[in-house]
Amino acid sequence: MTTGSVEVVYRGIFQKTLAKNICRGIVFAARKQGKVGIAFGRYSDSPERNGIPAKQFAVVADNDEEMEEYLSRYEPDHNDVTIVADDTLCKGLESWAWNGLQPINRLLKPGGTLLVVSTRSPNSLIRDIHRKGAPFNLAVVKGPASFSGMWVYRDDHTDMRLLGALAKVAPHVVTLDSIVAAINEPKKNDLKTASAREAYDLVASTEVGANQGNDEIPFTFAMPGWKEMEECLVVRGRNVRQQVPGWEGGYVPGRNPTFKKFSTRTMRPVLNFDTCTKCTICWMQCPDGSFDVAPDGHYDANMEACCGCGICEDVCPVADCIKMVNEEAFTDHQSQWQMWRKDKQAYAAWRSEKTAAQPVRSHGFHHVGQYAEEIANEHR
Amino acid sequence: MSTVEIAAPAKPFGELVFAPRAETEELISGSEAIAHAVRLADVDVITAYPIRPYDTVMQYVSKMIADGDFDCDFIVAESEHSQFEIVKHASAVGARVFAGSSGVGWLYAFEALAVTAGLRLPMVAMVGNRALDDPGAFGVEHNDALAVRDLGWMLCWVSTAQEALDTALIAYRVAEDPRVFLPCAISCDGAFLTHSQSIVKVPSQAMVDSFLPRYDRGDKVLHPDNPVTIAPQVNEDWLMEMRRQSDQAARRARGVLIDAYRDFNAKFGRGGEPFIERYMMDDAEVALVGMGTLSMPVKVAVRKMRAQGKKVGFVRVRWFRPFPTQELQEALAGVHAVGVIDRDFSFGSAFHSGVLANELRSALYPAKHRPRIVSFIAGLGGREVSAANVMDMTKTVFGAAEGAGPDAQDTYWIGARE
Repeated sequence: MTTGSVEVVYRGIFQKTLAKNICRGIVFAARKQGKVGIAFGRYSDSPERNGIPAKQFAVVADNDEEMEEYLSRYEPDHNDVTIVADDTLCKGLESWAWNGLQPINRLLKPGGTLLVVSTRSPNSLIRDIHRKGAPFNLAVVKGPASFSGMWVYRDDHTDMRLLGALAKVAPHVVTLDSIVAAINEPKKNDLKTASAREAYDLVASTEVGANQGNDEIPFTFAMPGWKEMEECLVVRGRNVRQQVPGWEGGYVPGRNPTFKKFSTRTMRPVLNFDTCTKCTICWMQCPDGSFDVAPDGHYDANMEACCGCGICEDVCPVADCIKMVNEEAFTDHQSQWQMWRKDKQAYAAWRSEKTAAQPVRSHGFHHVGQYAEEIANEHR
Repeated sequence: MSTVEIAAPAKPFGELVFAPRAETEELISGSEAIAHAVRLADVDVITAYPIRPYDTVMQYVSKMIADGDFDCDFIVAESEHSQFEIVKHASAVGARVFAGSSGVGWLYAFEALAVTAGLRLPMVAMVGNRALDDPGAFGVEHNDALAVRDLGWMLCWVSTAQEALDTALIAYRVAEDPRVFLPCAISCDGAFLTHSQSIVKVPSQAMVDSFLPRYDRGDKVLHPDNPVTIAPQVNEDWLMEMRRQSDQAARRARGVLIDAYRDFNAKFGRGGEPFIERYMMDDAEVALVGMGTLSMPVKVAVRKMRAQGKKVGFVRVRWFRPFPTQELQEALAGVHAVGVIDRDFSFGSAFHSGVLANELRSALYPAKHRPRIVSFIAGLGGREVSAANVMDMTKTVFGAAEGAGPDAQDTYWIGARE
């Protein structure tokens, strides 16, 4: 029995077509090997939300009976390969469809492979990936995360390269020959074939040992039973003026403690409290209410609530007061205002370091013409 | 919230203490009786949209308001869907509400009806039972009200105008009990009840006030001073627990109903047994079962057959939800065969029987003594069911009791021209 399943973890809207292409590619390739295959998205996900973590799956089996184990399910219990279409997902994901922060390797079989699109080194990624009780492999397809829009697709061959790399790390699921055969049907495409073959040749795997990696305990909560749940579908409002320990004045808005949203973020705002004029615009324009009001009237972006949309950076009238920075630069959610209040010089140094040399990251459509500029840069 | 079940009363419902009463007697229809109950319950918000035969209720209610006898927000909606949406929301903010409809009007409100039960809102509605169009028909069939039978609605059928008034008061008390918080629909057969007048005892306001407490939504009320959201979007990991809560509320309704009938009997000196009415069942060898006004010709026929020495009785099902499984098992424990007369249909169902017949078969399946069950479809579209019809049916039931016919479990259409 050579049943195999592949999970594609991607970011809503930006990578939905990418995830679909990968899963369809796997199924069509499986058919070339005389196998059966299915592809499906995790039904309760809501991938029509910018950046929200979501999943698609492709399952390959020798015959229909073996496939039945994977039917009428939302997700397989274990996957041979977890494809991570954006490396910031290595910090874990909280989607619309489930509760708590799920480690990226949660559904990976012991000995399976986490296949990540990234410009980073394996060690840098292992820093973010939660520890697992069993060893697994980490393979990197070199490159930036490929982000598209709802109606447009950036055909940069990320899908082809992932399919090629998949054949290398999990040949029992799908072979390179069948991937190439599927790519060239119905129309021969030498460029795509070359991309798949190149990734097959270049991809390298590192073994990650049991209990190696991020030792953070992902936030979880107990699902209440029907006797504990409030009756009549009532959900209590949350106090918008809860007192903040150590803060005199200011307040933190009431927020949903079971759906924090931060794993939607690929960039975070870094704030300059020295130039901030307390004009309130970031606070008012933030679509997620993620700014806390500090006792001195500054606005502090709360990293458990921020989705990283970048609107605060756009609307801030002060040059370089708010700067969006690639999420890979951070390993915690600590309050920037608290850091600044404690030691202003140290904060200034931290701020310059974070904003200086990070790889450019955006949702791809920050301004008109950006896509053309990026394509031009990639070809340079 | 308490999940304690209320024990069934130890005393039978005959032994009662009669309270002093101050009632007037009025010659009114079943619809007007419902309107009086609505007035006496001091309902806050009423919505209306005309459809026969329910619309007689809105006529009587608006006349009471015009005469200065009743004060409420009376809103004529632009459709049944809006009609039931409005009272649904009014109930969520803590208003006692009333609405009603008939036939396909009731079904046009179906989205609101499903959500009302799902949200545990104690709406009380009157269904003037009517055939489902097309073809256009306004005679009685029970399929309209039965459409919501699986959703958490409490459902009852009444047979007299007096019972309509009394049951409406009981309905408010049970629906608005925080242990229940489920909507309740009172079914009144079109024409025979909605459009026919009889002498009805209309209780005083003081009597009703002593029986029916105010609606208190408690900390579930939707109000700026009580910041809550209701009915969030959920996924598969939450919904089943919510459904289980509704299931438990429907289970608790049984005990609350028994309690309400006991108190109603004590305060008003009438009301009878909750769930079912037993007629000449003590030594019955076969029984007939039905709902609503067809009890009238059935009782006539039972008396005639009793005069001929035939041991037949009748059980009228008053409450269809919660379904009186225990009472029916017990009432039918001694009979050899049961004839169920359905004023409804369930095409393609088991044995092609009516809804009540199939529900009863299910209720009696685990019983120690399982009588044969014969299903009759009768009186559709408001066609009269005569005592002679009932006697013919009973003949078939006696046949089944003696094991006659290979098709004894089958369903018979009564009065349909061949």
